[in-house]
Amino acid sequence: MSNIAKAFENGKAFIPFITCGDPDLETTRRAVIEMANAGADMIELGIPFSDPTAEGPVIQAANERALRGGVTTDRIFDMVRALRGDVSKPMVFMTYANVVFSYGIERFCKRCAEVGMDGMILPDVPYEEKEEFAPTCRKYGLDFVSLVAPTSEDRVAMIAKEAEGFLYIVSSLGVTGERREITTDIGHIARLVRANTSIPCAVGFGISTPEQAGHMAALTDGAIVGSAIVRLMAEYGAEAPAKVGEYVKAMKAGTVSCT
Amino acid sequence: MAESKGRFGVHGGQYIPETLMNAVIELEEAYEHYKADPEFQAELTALFNDYAGRPSRLYHARRMSEALGGAKIYLKREDLNHTGAHKINNVLGQALLAKRMGKKRLIAETGAGQHGVATATAAALMDMECVVYMGKEDTIRQALNVYRMKLLGAEVIPVSTGTGTLKDAVSAAMREWTNRIADTHYCLGSVMGPHPFPTIVRDFQAVISKEIRQQMLEKEGRLPDAVLACVGGGSNAIGAFYHFIGDEGVRLIGCEAAGRGIDTFETAATINTGRLGIFHGMKSYFCQDEYGQIAPVYSISAGLDYPGIGPEHAYLHDIGRAEYVAVTDDEAVDAFEYLSRMEGIIPAIESAHAVAYAMKLAPTMGRDKIIVVNLSGRGDKDCAAIARYRGEDIHE
Repeated sequence: MSNIAKAFENGKAFIPFITCGDPDLETTRRAVIEMANAGADMIELGIPFSDPTAEGPVIQAANERALRGGVTTDRIFDMVRALRGDVSKPMVFMTYANVVFSYGIERFCKRCAEVGMDGMILPDVPYEEKEEFAPTCRKYGLDFVSLVAPTSEDRVAMIAKEAEGFLYIVSSLGVTGERREITTDIGHIARLVRANTSIPCAVGFGISTPEQAGHMAALTDGAIVGSAIVRLMAEYGAEAPAKVGEYVKAMKAGTVSCT
Repeated sequence: MAESKGRFGVHGGQYIPETLMNAVIELEEAYEHYKADPEFQAELTALFNDYAGRPSRLYHARRMSEALGGAKIYLKREDLNHTGAHKINNVLGQALLAKRMGKKRLIAETGAGQHGVATATAAALMDMECVVYMGKEDTIRQALNVYRMKLLGAEVIPVSTGTGTLKDAVSAAMREWTNRIADTHYCLGSVMGPHPFPTIVRDFQAVISKEIRQQMLEKEGRLPDAVLACVGGGSNAIGAFYHFIGDEGVRLIGCEAAGRGIDTFETAATINTGRLGIFHGMKSYFCQDEYGQIAPVYSISAGLDYPGIGPEHAYLHDIGRAEYVAVTDDEAVDAFEYLSRMEGIIPAIESAHAVAYAMKLAPTMGRDKIIVVNLSGRGDKDCAAIARYRGEDIHE
């Protein structure tokens, strides 16, 4: 069984995202521990990329700060290895195709397995291009996570049938970032997903409040939150891990309330 | 099982967010349909001829050829097109296609501003909304073109993320497209990005080599020995090369912007300094660091200041069919001035990179040899920047 499946074993899952190295890797490490202790069911670790075309301004700025601070893929692998002493929750990388391709797909997957990662999400690798990455992931016991979007209606079945780990439902058009309202019919997409796969699905992009998380989780198997956490990291810096812990606790409560 | 599309050897593909997949599939289907539609093609040809001023002239640069003392040099005068560059060829094609697809709004990225101006022009002509993304740095370097776009009714959005140049403008336009797909066509300006863009843009620009071939046969009764063009993303170059790819005797030479030199970090010469990567929807060569972070690139030319190159060029390089040489800022500026004085033609600083290489190459070839330089754009827009480069501050 995929380790990612464990994230969905205790009811609805709350999945936070954090950009590694913003403001520095030690703070990231402490924040991940806080998130895990506060009830996060799986954690997405963002490896910064110079030109993150799927991100809104909040995560773009975090990527720029992290890279300016000297973060590299190798230093992130080292942080994950250290983290695995404290955190047993599933963890996946979220980054861009070139970060993995440039490192060497085989070498990247091997390192992921060595340090204890469970999968990866590459927002610029759609279904048509995944064969370049997914088989190598599989070889090292990693799940290559697929995404579906509001524009995917006639593609959901095809994508879901080959999905691994969990299916990431992008809530809205556009890039990552908090939104006041999510207007996409997530229930409809979730039904299409469930008709084609037994693996869980979770919604991301635009979620920031416990109410939104509860609403999205009610329709699916979980909620993913990125920008709101990255914003806290930017605001509180070295003091952020405790704040992030409190936020995750509230969000997990909202997620399982399933309103 | 997934199938990757739009490959040129290992290059190309569709590395884009899922949100955009249906948009590029819809575009591909529409393009395949209209490509074979005689009515669409007739309308495009009429626009090319009556609006853009095609066919563009193939001009024998007599004084320059004699002064260099080698090969006979012809200039393909894309600078004489309406809006002053080859960019209009692609834009008229895409705008017409977008209109047929029922789109009401064009968005575009621009570097030097030539593609932005061309897109704004086509949008005005076809009564469409237009938004152009332009690196903040470039809005300063090319202030005149910003004004032209506004005059044509477009909204210009300065992009200050990243390095504030062409690559950031492309990223911003892609982000905006994921945000608003239904009524919007992303009018990509070069032979790059996800499939089908490299193919669509190449097909619309291929009119350049189609004409060169015909004009050369009329004037000289034979094909040229070499075709030169500057390369950023590579649209004017692929346009100038395309109908000669099958003619092994015709050397195809792309001139990259070396900036301050390919042994410095201030360069934009992708083939000469980059390596294989995945960015902006395609696999190709990119200037990047050891971890795949895209490198900040530099060239005096805002239009060549891009860290990647179109996938078909990457492929032509791999198979050895085309050569890619590096030309520095200094050499390009010298050529800019040389052509102005020698032929009374002020080239775009982008095109001056190709002129500069012709100045090196021609003397090494016999007088019976023929070089065609694709003069992709005119240089009015560059005068203030070149004056500054020479230490003279002029006000436009």
